[in-house]
Amino acid sequence: MIELENVNKRFMKKSALQDVSLELTKGKIIGLVGENGSGKSTTLKLIAGLVHPSKGSVKVNGNPVDRRIASQVSYLSELDDYYGFYNVGQTIDFFAEQFADFNKEKAEEIRAFMKLDPDAKLKQLSKGNRGRLKIVLTLAREVPVILMDEPLSGLDPMVRDSIVKGLISFIDLEHQIVLITTHEIKEIETILDEVIAIRDGRIIGHHNVEQLRIEENQGIVEWMTSIYDREIH
Amino acid sequence: MTDTFHSSTPIYSQLTERINKQILRGELKPGDKLPSVREMGLKVNVNPNTVQRTYRELEGMMIVESRRGQGTFVTENQSILQEMRERLKQEEISQFVASMHEMGYDNEEIETGLQSYLTKDKEDTE
Repeated sequence: MIELENVNKRFMKKSALQDVSLELTKGKIIGLVGENGSGKSTTLKLIAGLVHPSKGSVKVNGNPVDRRIASQVSYLSELDDYYGFYNVGQTIDFFAEQFADFNKEKAEEIRAFMKLDPDAKLKQLSKGNRGRLKIVLTLAREVPVILMDEPLSGLDPMVRDSIVKGLISFIDLEHQIVLITTHEIKEIETILDEVIAIRDGRIIGHHNVEQLRIEENQGIVEWMTSIYDREIH
Repeated sequence: MTDTFHSSTPIYSQLTERINKQILRGELKPGDKLPSVREMGLKVNVNPNTVQRTYRELEGMMIVESRRGQGTFVTENQSILQEMRERLKQEEISQFVASMHEMGYDNEEIETGLQSYLTKDKEDTE
């Protein structure tokens, strides 16, 4: 469903990704983990068609990714720059106009689940509620690929929990694939099917998480520590 | 049901164990419907795929049965439930005995120790 083949990405002289190959299939929630600047966001942006590989190819559903991929990919950016003068309801309406695949009923359902007031003005929303609204807007689109860049970052535990629960409730695992970058592993490790570790622009590990627990007797954090150590020594 | 999972043991087997214990304690009775995969996922904060795998596992052990379009139900077959009760007891005992042996206790010590513990326990509750 998502295929990266020998992808290199350079920004000016700086190499962001080196020889990255990945094959991801639908019906899974996949975590992309690694330090700041390791290439997590760049990987998502490549799949979203927001940046282009310097070398190699990126395909979604067999088609090379270009700007038109937006019709198949729902991308939650790390930033939240929505129109402050809109309220929550108007923002949902605006997104419904922008994307033909936007399911307004589903958005309404997720909004209620997240306990967001439709009349609240965006500029008055707390950071946590802006995080929740982003989830509403991202998950309400009926697209095969959902990409989330740090959906939990900087949010308090209550908000993180509601986001994790939102993911469990509203992702359609029969048809969708979800790729999440995160630092917060503890919160999310029970909902990940697979985990990919990235370091200095290279993939250093890719595992089915339950398999990791069965075969190596390791959770994600222990696994990461062990492969990072191996890399250093 | 909201306790957290150990991160280094497979979640599906931890969840299987939890459901088995709920059945043993009678919190889930023969013929009871289990929550849907998504409801259960939400309840315990676990990926629906993992819950699915848990239900399949339980189905393989014939402890639950899925009825098309209706959901997953605890079996009403008493002999299977009795067998599970017996099996979990044996598992627990063999673990206990193994760790006692590991610490160097012999069978006699285990037996007398257990007996006096249980007698004391009985007196305490009376």
